[in-house]
Amino acid sequence: MGDFLLVTIQLDMHDQLASALQDDLTTKIAEANAKGVLIDISSLDIVDSFIGRMLATTSAMARVLGAETVVVGMQPAVAITLVELGLDLSGVHTALDVEKGMEMLRNRISLPELGNTDVRF
Amino acid sequence: MSDFEIIPVVESKDIVAVRHAVRQQAVKIKFSLVDQTKIVTAASELARNMFVYAGGGEVTLEVLQEDARHGLRARFVDKGPGIANIDLALRDGFTTGRGLGLGLGGAKRLVNEFSIESTPGKGTRVTITRWR
Repeated sequence: MGDFLLVTIQLDMHDQLASALQDDLTTKIAEANAKGVLIDISSLDIVDSFIGRMLATTSAMARVLGAETVVVGMQPAVAITLVELGLDLSGVHTALDVEKGMEMLRNRISLPELGNTDVRF
Repeated sequence: MSDFEIIPVVESKDIVAVRHAVRQQAVKIKFSLVDQTKIVTAASELARNMFVYAGGGEVTLEVLQEDARHGLRARFVDKGPGIANIDLALRDGFTTGRGLGLGLGGAKRLVNEFSIESTPGKGTRVTITRWR
């Protein structure tokens, strides 16, 4: 039975950390046979094109591994800026907070039992 | 009345240092949260451009005051290969690297004033200003 992974990004995302997150997360998805991934970015005060691209490619990689990804908690100022920057996150599912993200994952994947694994960066 | 702060960009982690310094100055002159986020994001794009395409450079921050209004200016100077075609480089989606090609055009949209001078073989200087 697949679990959900919750990734909370707590540090300021420098570029190498973003790449490391991608590697670690894809490994974890395979290990845990995860069917859903929540990436909580509520503590990120900016998302630039590099971080945005990382979120998009991570989500695409997870999909190939059989997991759905929802990015949750984007601050409103970050969302406004992202749109003006011109970043297209149309391939990435987003939700307001962890709870709504879980709901979205549950609707997308019908899982009877929900496990939870925390990964913190 | 102006204040200068210089941040060298040598390694990729320095992009974070640039973001912090810009944020700090933007908070100091009481930018709204959205304005702070816009100039910090623009600075992050330009600092990364400098690191990726020119191997690094230097960022100079300057707090501006004109009558009652405050502004924040950031200048990105590198001694990299320069940009042969600036109009093309400003176009969304154009990249010679592995990025998304949003850096220059995107940064331009996030600020009030934007200027770029570049001499192939000598380097590039990008200046952005956001007013409160």
